[in-house]
Amino acid sequence: MLARAVTHALVGLEARPVEVEAHLQRGVPGFAIVGLPDKACQEAKERVRSGIASAELEWPLRRITVNLAPAGLRKEGSGYDLPIALAVLAASRQIPPERLAEHAAVGELALDGRLRPVPGIIVAAEAARRAGLGLLLCPLESAPEAALAGIEPVPLRHLAEASAYLQGRFRPAPVEPAVATANGSWPDLADVRGQERARRALEIVATGGHNVLLGGPPGTGKTMLARRLPGILPALTLDQALEVTRIHSVAGVLPSTHPLIDRPPFRAPHHTASAAAVVGGGRGPRPGEVSLAHHGVLLLDELPEFQRPVLEALRQPIEDGSVALARAAGQAVFPARFVLVGTMNLCPCGARGDPSVECRCTPQKLAAYGAKLSRALLDRFDLVVHMPRARGRELDAAPGEPSAEIRARVEPASGRLRESRPSLGKEGRDLLTRAVDTLPLSARGRARVARVAATVAGLAGAESIEPAHIAEALSYRAPPELAP
Amino acid sequence: MTYPSVSKGGRGYPPLLAELHDPPARLFLRGGSMDVMALPAVAVVGARSCSSYGAQVAREVARELSAAGAVVVSGLARGIDGEAHRGALAAGGLTVAVLGCGIDRDYPRAHAELARRIAESGLIVSEYPPGVEPSPWRFPARNRIVAGLARATVVVEARERSGALITADFALELGREVFAVPGEITSALSAGTNDLIRQGATPLLSAGDVLDALGLERAPPAPPPDLSPEGQAVLACLSSGALTLDEIVRATRVGSAEAAVALTELELAGLAVHADGLYRRTTGGRDPPAVAG
Repeated sequence: MLARAVTHALVGLEARPVEVEAHLQRGVPGFAIVGLPDKACQEAKERVRSGIASAELEWPLRRITVNLAPAGLRKEGSGYDLPIALAVLAASRQIPPERLAEHAAVGELALDGRLRPVPGIIVAAEAARRAGLGLLLCPLESAPEAALAGIEPVPLRHLAEASAYLQGRFRPAPVEPAVATANGSWPDLADVRGQERARRALEIVATGGHNVLLGGPPGTGKTMLARRLPGILPALTLDQALEVTRIHSVAGVLPSTHPLIDRPPFRAPHHTASAAAVVGGGRGPRPGEVSLAHHGVLLLDELPEFQRPVLEALRQPIEDGSVALARAAGQAVFPARFVLVGTMNLCPCGARGDPSVECRCTPQKLAAYGAKLSRALLDRFDLVVHMPRARGRELDAAPGEPSAEIRARVEPASGRLRESRPSLGKEGRDLLTRAVDTLPLSARGRARVARVAATVAGLAGAESIEPAHIAEALSYRAPPELAP
Repeated sequence: MTYPSVSKGGRGYPPLLAELHDPPARLFLRGGSMDVMALPAVAVVGARSCSSYGAQVAREVARELSAAGAVVVSGLARGIDGEAHRGALAAGGLTVAVLGCGIDRDYPRAHAELARRIAESGLIVSEYPPGVEPSPWRFPARNRIVAGLARATVVVEARERSGALITADFALELGREVFAVPGEITSALSAGTNDLIRQGATPLLSAGDVLDALGLERAPPAPPPDLSPEGQAVLACLSSGALTLDEIVRATRVGSAEAAVALTELELAGLAVHADGLYRRTTGGRDPPAVAG
């Protein structure tokens, strides 16, 4: 006897349909899964057998063969548990096979038959909808996520519920799709006292989506400021929110309580992170931190402490806004358009830029510290902001402007800039030329200054870039020790 | 590749150098013309690990000396030496780098590009034949050539027992003028230069002091540029010392964007510089000295 269930395999951010066929034959009782399952998928055998027993259903004493088709596609993870169990049950006619064929199914089984959520539900649900299936059998926790894809999820707590539902004896409660909430739960910039300079820089960064490098001695609030950047970024559109949600779902980091990521994400990998963790990789392949930060902020705290290969691997996503991971089985492309915030001390001992402490770094150590960052990477930072140590009085300053007020300026300005870029007039161009002649400013530096000046003009609501906009942009240029 | 050289007593050997107690028998040259060594020269030397204040002073003094026609002599080391060479090049002037190794060695490696630029118009000289590796014991000997080539020596920043003080000692032995840039008495980086002043070196307050001593004309002062009101306000508040941008914002009550605009205006006019988050006035931006009377 034969039965089929439909599920999906994740390849990058795509889901490919997989047909789960179960065949029961006479012979010595046994259970085999074929069709290129990985270790986790192979172990489905034990979970499925236990789950079916726990659901008080009958384990057929036959020679059971489960085939995952197409057989050439590698099947990874535990999401195949539920479709395999259902295919076995349908093949032994404990549930009606034709009912099962109207559904897609995904989920992991516990030994007691409960269903557990798996990564990538939204992607699988979208693929099921595109394939013309209107219903998705999935774990209860994953149902709101699946509902985002415009499919009707069938939320299930237990394998017994699944079989009861397919026999027509059980009707699960309908699922409310997750709705967008306000974009306000990041820490607020009102917490930052003083630091007018850095606050202004963050506003420019948020408006133009520029990458920014914060330099200064430890304890001056570099990280604190960076964590408050997502709160002033323009809110995500629904399409952007869904895109971010898909990536987080595939990576398995989507919180089940809040399945729609409706605010710019913030990611801050530790400096010991590997290149695969940061740009993505592995068998799957899995999206890395750069993709998890898509439409949001990627903070690299203590930038020079990151391994050199990690920093070099960042250059392609920064340039292209996506990561292409080539694997023997094919290529996966993950979007990765983020605002990069780097922080660094000005020297290895951290005292440079702090008037109260004397730097003890030797010239050799200083040179080695600077050399950790390649020119190519430093060129990707449009703004460099020094955050020197505040002298006492500054901390008594009144609380700063709250994020919501800043965002109220950022959003319209960034909208205007998307529609039309301010043009660079003759006066502005003359000032730029003078700057290249007098200051240490390279041709690339000039281009960066022009980009930042366009954003400053956009914030000011100007149609063309005035000399004052260029002058302000020039004050964020990289110092000569970083861009010799 | 072969390099030209001058021998003691031969044509082109700098007569000032011959006044040394043990002048080098031969001097290897790389770069422009050997006539550079016939021009009036000033040595600008100091510590390798210097403060941003020291780096700025070295660059400005070298620039002004250079603009007035003096050749800046230094040792191509990191820190003050490198800044002195850069200052001279920035003014379009000539500069001489004295090495403690072969003139083809480009030591330190980080200054290879600087050395190439020096050699385009100025000179790189050494008493060691090409190919000799750098080693620490050769540097004090190199310092005697630095002092010997120059009619005056300026020490910008030096710790106690710094190599720059050796250069000053050689200059004193030769009876040449020694200037020291005064520093904060609490800073270890200025302990050596402040000590020189106590021993009788002339405190250097502007490059003009050196030019006067050498009898060179000061370069005509640049006309005061037209500054915006914000520019004037920011420049005025910088006269009490180096400030961060946030401190400038609070002191002048101009917005942070406007202050950034004003500072760029001052930087372009050469009146202020920025290092490690601190903005400070340049000597060019200092108030003109009060007329005696």
